[in-house]
Amino acid sequence: MLNPNDLPPTYVHPESLSGPAQISIQNFNLWYGKAQALHSINFPILQHHITSFIGPSGCGKSTLLRSINRLNDLIDNVTVDGDIRVGERSVYERHLDVTSLRKRIGMVFQKSNPFPMSIYENVCYPLRISGITQRSTLDEAVESSLRSAALWDEVKDRLKRSALDLSGGQQQRLCIARAIAGNPEVLLMDEPCSALDPISTAKIEELILEMKGRFTVVIVTHSMSQASRVSDHTAFFYLGRLIEAGPTKRLFENAHTKATQDYISGRFG
Amino acid sequence: MFKPASPSSDSNPNAQGAVLFKTAVRLRNRASSNATEGVPWIWVCAGALVTILLLITALFGVILSQGLSALWPHAVIKMQNDSTLVIGIPMRQEEGTDPNTNTRQNRRLIYQANRDFGVNEFAFVATEAVAGAERPDDIWFVERSEWGPFLGKILLLNADGTSVSLEKQKLTQMLEDGAQRRKQIHKLEKGKLADLNLDLEELRLEKKKIERMLELGRITDVEAADNNKLLEERFQSLTTEHRKLSEQVQQLRSADEAIKLTLAAENGQTKELAASQILRAFQPNALSTFEKLSLFIARLWGFVSEEPREANTEGGVFPALFGTVAMTIIMTLFVLPIGVMTAVYMREIAKQGMLVSLVRIAVNNLAGVPSIVYGVFGVGFFCYTVGASIDQLLFQEKLPNPTFGTGGILWASLTLALLTVPVVIVSTEEALSAVPRSLREASYGCGATRMQTLWNIVLPKALPGVMTGLILAMARAVGEVAPLLMTGVVKLAPALPVDGHFPFVHLERSFMHLGFHIYDLGFQSRSTELSRPMVFASTSLLVAVVLSLNFIAIKIRSQLRKRFEGRGAF
Repeated sequence: MLNPNDLPPTYVHPESLSGPAQISIQNFNLWYGKAQALHSINFPILQHHITSFIGPSGCGKSTLLRSINRLNDLIDNVTVDGDIRVGERSVYERHLDVTSLRKRIGMVFQKSNPFPMSIYENVCYPLRISGITQRSTLDEAVESSLRSAALWDEVKDRLKRSALDLSGGQQQRLCIARAIAGNPEVLLMDEPCSALDPISTAKIEELILEMKGRFTVVIVTHSMSQASRVSDHTAFFYLGRLIEAGPTKRLFENAHTKATQDYISGRFG
Repeated sequence: MFKPASPSSDSNPNAQGAVLFKTAVRLRNRASSNATEGVPWIWVCAGALVTILLLITALFGVILSQGLSALWPHAVIKMQNDSTLVIGIPMRQEEGTDPNTNTRQNRRLIYQANRDFGVNEFAFVATEAVAGAERPDDIWFVERSEWGPFLGKILLLNADGTSVSLEKQKLTQMLEDGAQRRKQIHKLEKGKLADLNLDLEELRLEKKKIERMLELGRITDVEAADNNKLLEERFQSLTTEHRKLSEQVQQLRSADEAIKLTLAAENGQTKELAASQILRAFQPNALSTFEKLSLFIARLWGFVSEEPREANTEGGVFPALFGTVAMTIIMTLFVLPIGVMTAVYMREIAKQGMLVSLVRIAVNNLAGVPSIVYGVFGVGFFCYTVGASIDQLLFQEKLPNPTFGTGGILWASLTLALLTVPVVIVSTEEALSAVPRSLREASYGCGATRMQTLWNIVLPKALPGVMTGLILAMARAVGEVAPLLMTGVVKLAPALPVDGHFPFVHLERSFMHLGFHIYDLGFQSRSTELSRPMVFASTSLLVAVVLSLNFIAIKIRSQLRKRFEGRGAF
């Protein structure tokens, strides 16, 4: 167990710095009230790659994820310092329209949270709130999103039925379909498989791999094996600090920091 | 709280679980007697539940049985009691002192009817004597339009003034014809003639308006004269029509009154009346069970569909039933949007702080204010302030007669809306706060604004909870009488708040209400004993109204739940 005072400095592997960055996190600090949850996070997330955040519970990885689409705004008493850029624009720009930012960023949550509506309405929700009413556009978006989420064949005959009648795994894939329906640039996933059985988990992982190249995917996971299976890059967080970020293979086979090695090999956590 | 799984929240439940488990094991090991497992307490709680259920069943049982019994065609007995002849319907039993022997005895109250035949309406007879009494088949029970029921014989009154008995079949035919004539006259009087009267009243007001405009100088003399001429023409045509119609009614009336019957009581007194004045006649002792049942159903239908007669002690309660339902619906139209919007603002929009907490406490306390206080406020604010201003602005011609400036169904509904709005606010707030955070986050995550999230996700999800509040509000409003006394309820309303006369819904009209009807019957009528059956019947109906309104709302709620919570959920 490491003491906050003798944590090693952040190490970012040079491979994770090469290439165009979709999201760049610059010296980012975050406080819940007086408690600091993130300490000077500083690293890029490469475009069209899959990046996973790992680390023990409470290390700030979900907080960082939620800072990217400013979902932390919903919580009182959150203060931030530093910057996160998605594409060219700063997320914390003074006059930024948060809703248009969130439209560029899809999000999938730990627990599947379909709306109490039909499957169809769930998927086209991002389009509807953007004011799209044209039937053909909606139909197209619903079909392609559901196909991308590998759910189309299972639900195409019951699009008008309640989304709450689906199984847990199907609901999570529906949430993925909903997240990508608005055609975002970034897909944030907050432990998307933690409430699912192994078969559903495998399906979701397959989906994530398929999305590589189309979206920039950031996935928070507790499962080390999942991180190693799906992600190109991995960032290891501990006590609100980024310890090490780099290609997944490097981190898992030959981590630079001892703390990372210890965590990945299960010696603490 | 948004750290996905903090160390403390991870380990705590486990630790707690372990402690609980150990405690449970220890308790089980120690539990040698019933007392340690709390069995006596379980029995006490179950007993409390059973007591409550019994009380509720008894309440409904008494109300329903008494209420329905009032409409059942009971048998008529005939017997000699000391020196007097007693003919009537046995009612309740009681223990009383016999005035002759001065001993305690069980006695029964006999309803003798025949108020206008020099007979006491009620008589006491020893219970044993009732069992042995004669039940003659040929006694008629007659419901009349005046003077209450009659028990005795029906004879045909000839032109020469002699009365002869007539066959049952012929009598039935005569009564049916009479009913036809009665309906025809009623239709003319309440329909066309009433409409014409209203039109004439409007003309009178228009004339007054022109005079006023002329005084104010808004129109010239010429214009006023033109308008007056037009009005005069209309007035003439309407009066002619009115006269024609009145004559028609008069003719029908005199033709109707020519066909007469004689009622002959057993004590020898007789009374003549028009055949159409008999609303219903039957021989209770000669009826088969099936005939009794169909008569019962007919009377039940009459009770809910007819207008009251004889200071509300006879006839139906339709205007009161209609008024109750109409008032509740109007109240719902006000209370739902206002309550929901208030709750949305307090829970979703306002910053949660001292002020909102204070407002919340105030709203909760509003629910505890005595209803009579709302009544006083309603009459002072709605009737005399808002209503009077409306009259000044829009109905000046009618003044000094108030239109909105007095009690009316609108003001009563608004007063009740005010009374019940805390219930809706509280339950809506609860429903809003029960909407899972994950759903809101999903919506925000899709890029929805706060209003979009509220409108598309939060409100639909909260709707079943809102309905619960509405059900409670309606249940309270239907049963509330005190504030209505001041804001528009009357013993006998001349017209319903909704009718065929433009603009069809008359929110300024006073109305009848079942709750007030019950109070009026029970405590303000000529004879408490006489109106007791009607009190119970009206009470049953009020309970039925509450239950059916609730049933409808619950049905809607379960439909909503099905839609918003998926099949099989909850």
